[in-house]
Amino acid sequence: MKKIYKLEDLDCANCAAKMERNIAKIDGVSQINVNFLTQKMTIEADDYRFEEIMDEVVKVCKKVEPDTRIIR
Amino acid sequence: MKSLNLTRKQKKELTRILVALVAFLTVIIVDKIVNLASVTNSKVGWLLPFFLYFAIYLVIGYDVLFKAIRNISHGQVLDENFLMGVATIGAFALGIYTGISGKDVEGFDEACAVLLFYQVGEFFQGYATGKSRKSISSLMDIRPDYANVMRGETVEQVAPEEVAVGDIIVINAGEKVPLDGVIVKGSTTLDTKALTGESLPREVGVEEEVISGCVNMTSQIHVRVTKVFYDSTVSKILELVENASSRKSKAENFITKFAKYYTPIVVCTALLLAIIPGIVTRDWYSWVYRALSFLVVSCPCALVVSIPLSFFAGIGCASRHGILVKGSNYLELLNKANTFVFDKTGTLTMGNFAVTAISPEENKDEVLRLASIAEQGSSHPIARSIIACYGKDLTDDYAHTNVAGQGIIATKRDDVIYCGNEKLMIENNIPYIPQDGIGTVVYVAHGDKFVGSLLISDEIKPEAKSVISKLNAMNCNTVMLTGDNEAIAKSVAKELELTSYKSSLLPQNKVENVEKMLADKKKGDVLCFVGDGINDAPVLMRSDIGIAMGGVGSDAAIEASDVVLMQDDLRGIATAKRIAKKTMAVVMENIVISLAVKALIMILSALGITGMWLAVIGDVGVAIVAILNAMRVNRKKSKY
Repeated sequence: MKKIYKLEDLDCANCAAKMERNIAKIDGVSQINVNFLTQKMTIEADDYRFEEIMDEVVKVCKKVEPDTRIIR
Repeated sequence: MKSLNLTRKQKKELTRILVALVAFLTVIIVDKIVNLASVTNSKVGWLLPFFLYFAIYLVIGYDVLFKAIRNISHGQVLDENFLMGVATIGAFALGIYTGISGKDVEGFDEACAVLLFYQVGEFFQGYATGKSRKSISSLMDIRPDYANVMRGETVEQVAPEEVAVGDIIVINAGEKVPLDGVIVKGSTTLDTKALTGESLPREVGVEEEVISGCVNMTSQIHVRVTKVFYDSTVSKILELVENASSRKSKAENFITKFAKYYTPIVVCTALLLAIIPGIVTRDWYSWVYRALSFLVVSCPCALVVSIPLSFFAGIGCASRHGILVKGSNYLELLNKANTFVFDKTGTLTMGNFAVTAISPEENKDEVLRLASIAEQGSSHPIARSIIACYGKDLTDDYAHTNVAGQGIIATKRDDVIYCGNEKLMIENNIPYIPQDGIGTVVYVAHGDKFVGSLLISDEIKPEAKSVISKLNAMNCNTVMLTGDNEAIAKSVAKELELTSYKSSLLPQNKVENVEKMLADKKKGDVLCFVGDGINDAPVLMRSDIGIAMGGVGSDAAIEASDVVLMQDDLRGIATAKRIAKKTMAVVMENIVISLAVKALIMILSALGITGMWLAVIGDVGVAIVAILNAMRVNRKKSKY
């Protein structure tokens, strides 16, 4: 399943790159793009546990940049 | 302040920076005049300037310190906040060290200033990035906000997503067309500029199609919706442009890799720079200071922001010119493209037949009139082109006989018109003057007397020649592939000054030919195929860059190609290539400038020539310069 989320308060390009790297490591994520310019995240992950993966994604993002919010 | 359009967060930041700046300037001026450290004239005199500067430091930098601590607890050690914190706290520590050891107190003002400048830089960087992002996005803003749907007698305003196929929507003057459809009532002028880059407005009337994303300029129209919002042109385009930056170019991949290793390397170098010379020279103060300056430039921000921004600006600029580029990698490839393979019919030529020559010149009207009478009943493209060329009403009281493979004989009592190829003339013993132009020749005879001939050929697009010569001037190979015979191909190739051509190709031969060219090309060569996207999808997909022309409304073309020219105009190719060139030039400039400045700062700091001040100004300065440079790609004034 592929989904696009809007990100709020993502103000550092390096953080976006870091998020992307760390999210890519999550099990079940087949494709990830954190776009600093459009402030959007495109994620492709296993269907059957998508929500579970998203929870993990949120956790990873919080770690890198606690100010950034993923609008789910 | 109002004209700056700051967000609330930015306003707060700016106020904080200004307050800190004023306080800092006051303290530093007083310090320079009376030397705060000697005011109390005691051994702990350094405490006074320390507290003053540290208070300002906390005002301007509490968030940096807070984030640094928070991120460490999350395991993010090499975080820019942490490194800035270490650099400045370290500088304070060095100041305290000078104070305790009884030397002249120095370093407090610098530590404070470094963080102040860092914050100023961050602020400008954030502001410039936000502004650039907005200005690029606004140019691509073709998303309709609502649709007016007819529900019985009333008109309801709903989100475009809620409209179903078959619904009637009302579009008032000044509104965007929200969904693709057909006009059922009214006629108007549409502005298609945002969609195709074409500045000439389009006149549309009942039964004609309207495409979402256009702006209705003059009067109200009623439209029957033919596609739901997700399938409409506007969402297809938006999806494409928004996803474009996810296909990364080599330059971006390089930056991503670089950013990953840059910070750890700088930090390690800083550590080594503090420890090794420190042990050797025992001059710990100056080596630790130099190492701290290193930490200031440890964020690869200038590159990480400006390179994707440059590509984003390039893609935005292209879409403003009616050219959709599906990814930054294609922009990069397009810059390198040196072989352009064109499909002939529909790409270099109009794909329609037209009368291009009539002989004899002095009897033109008569030849055309007779030919039109004869061809009147036929629906063959050649017949249609003759009638279209004549353009006048005809009286149809002739009887038409179709002679297969030869032409048409039209008769009215004794009056006979022969209209067809040379076989028809020979068969009927009519002496004719052969016409040797390229294309299809139609001979016309009245009774048994030869009247003249018409030459019908596929028209070359008016802009084709100038585009080909521009591409040739850019040292590109221009190749034409066609299913037409050798004679026609040769004449078109000569007329357009193409580098080479292949004639008499069946559709499958085109794929083979392109594949052969792909196999033969040297490393670094990039092959571009230009087609109309209707029957050449396999070739478009196979080539390095597939360019489809006249993409508005054709899903297949958008799907198969990498670059879509919204307008059926070859000039878009040259434009796209120039935009790609400019984008890549800016990208290279940004990479070189950013790396050079950072390297220079590190060398000068390591040698002790410059201090932390210059390091921080240089670092944030180069980021801002790079962001502004990126915006050059998409300046409204620049002509491509």
